[in-house]
Amino acid sequence: MKKGIYLLLLSISIHFLAKAQDNAGLTLPTGFKANLFAENIGSARHIAISKNGVVFAKLNRADKQGRTIIRLADENKDGVSDNITGWANYGGTGIYLTGNALYASSNEAVFKYELDSKDEVVNPLSPITVVSGLISRRQHESKSITFDKTNNIYVNIGAYSNACQEKDRTPGGKGMMPCPILDSAGGIWKFDASKENQTYGDGKRYATGLRNVIGLDWNPQANKLYVAQHGRDQLNTFFPSLYTDAQNAELPAETFYEINEGDNAGWPYVYYDNFQHKKIVSPEYGGDGKKEGASDIKNPAVAFPAHMAPMGVLFYTGNQFPAKYKNGAFITFHGSWNRAPLPQEGFFVAFVPFKNGKATGEWEIFANGFAGTVDGAKITSTRNAKARPCGLAQGPDGSIYVSDDTKGSIFKISYQK
Amino acid sequence: MGYSKIRCFLFGAIIIMLFVSIKTQAQNLENGKKIYQTKCLVCHQSDGGGVPNMNAPLDGASNVIGNDIARLVKIIKNGFNERVELDGLYYSNSMTANPDLTPAQISDVLSYIRTSWSNKATKVTTVQVQQAIKGNQKTSAK
Repeated sequence: MKKGIYLLLLSISIHFLAKAQDNAGLTLPTGFKANLFAENIGSARHIAISKNGVVFAKLNRADKQGRTIIRLADENKDGVSDNITGWANYGGTGIYLTGNALYASSNEAVFKYELDSKDEVVNPLSPITVVSGLISRRQHESKSITFDKTNNIYVNIGAYSNACQEKDRTPGGKGMMPCPILDSAGGIWKFDASKENQTYGDGKRYATGLRNVIGLDWNPQANKLYVAQHGRDQLNTFFPSLYTDAQNAELPAETFYEINEGDNAGWPYVYYDNFQHKKIVSPEYGGDGKKEGASDIKNPAVAFPAHMAPMGVLFYTGNQFPAKYKNGAFITFHGSWNRAPLPQEGFFVAFVPFKNGKATGEWEIFANGFAGTVDGAKITSTRNAKARPCGLAQGPDGSIYVSDDTKGSIFKISYQK
Repeated sequence: MGYSKIRCFLFGAIIIMLFVSIKTQAQNLENGKKIYQTKCLVCHQSDGGGVPNMNAPLDGASNVIGNDIARLVKIIKNGFNERVELDGLYYSNSMTANPDLTPAQISDVLSYIRTSWSNKATKVTTVQVQQAIKGNQKTSAK
């Protein structure tokens, strides 16, 4: 009798344990499954995956062994990494794999490594410096990278400022006119990836007026660059007579742009208001919350709720997921802080449908639950989110992988018919 | 009889003084909390947790609960825009200056921060803040 009760209790607890670990705690559309490919690898920012399925993660800080590029292989093919090694000693965000060339970025430079036929790094201690000397002044310092189809590399150089005020983050402070930051930051720079030791003069400013882009990817169908911008902070803090806490929590939109060479997304002069569907003049430049900005400024392809912090963009080219996902974009959202004192939002992966290479303008939550709250409770302080989605990459079987830069989980999301 | 009356009076006076001082302290902390909510909370968050990589935490931060009051006063007054390690981590956002806060307000908000969440440091007096401001002015004049 007693034994029976113990067995019952044991089976109940196993059931609940298994249930808690279903899909690694994520909520997904029907038919999708998730598992933890890796855990506790450190501050995993962007990730790249080889054609053999080896995952490379760029850490923002060195792990306990002093490594900042982590190689994760799943040798027994059970969906969980079982051979984890690493190298490099510089923190950073960007990582990209093209052929057997692995590119990784620090906050000032882009380096190139060579992989052998087994995806082992050939020159861990002597990478080629592709670009260096990029501006890194604390704010928005990460240098994300992506490639087009003709071996050009696109590097984000974030603006070291919130809204280009004379003194950054000052109540009522005026914006500088013109904003001097834009000549060397606040945009996307293009370099030839086959050249070495380049800096500003060797590349060109491909797009400007982008405060900070962390997620960017080449849309292969449209053959165009797409970037997700982090909109400015603290409209209410610095201009309380124009914006309430509740308005600041929803303004400005986080924006996703299709970029053509020479485009200007308007930072710091304007921001995008997703309620008026207009580019509004920033209060630092004489705006009042209503006045519209110049008409030649780029409109976003898709606008998202404020402050959610888009971190990674992936155009899905795989065949595993249902047809609606093909050629659409996944975007990771890190989760907000500047919605306080209102509850924070984000901490999920969104899907943006595309038709014939163009965004439809719609978006939906694809994977949620990274914050790990019970019954969908809201996060009020950002540090309480258990995981914050950051990097995104597609595996050779068409699964997608999502990295988390708080503790360093890598989630693998697959579809089973 | 007279002696015990005096003793009774003194005892009562001490009780009242204690009560007043506790009440003032509570008011100071209440005032500190209000200042925190309007000036600090958006970046440092409601639980003093800060934002990983961006805004430094106040809850449990060694500098915040440490003894260098002058440094804390300086950061509140002047803001902060340096790459400095805090408990092994770095934070990238610049902090807004608060030149308009009075020494009394700074002592209130520092006392609130140093005794809230998991923090159990000493409160900060207005005199300490005034001394810190004087000291900071001297150092910056050099």
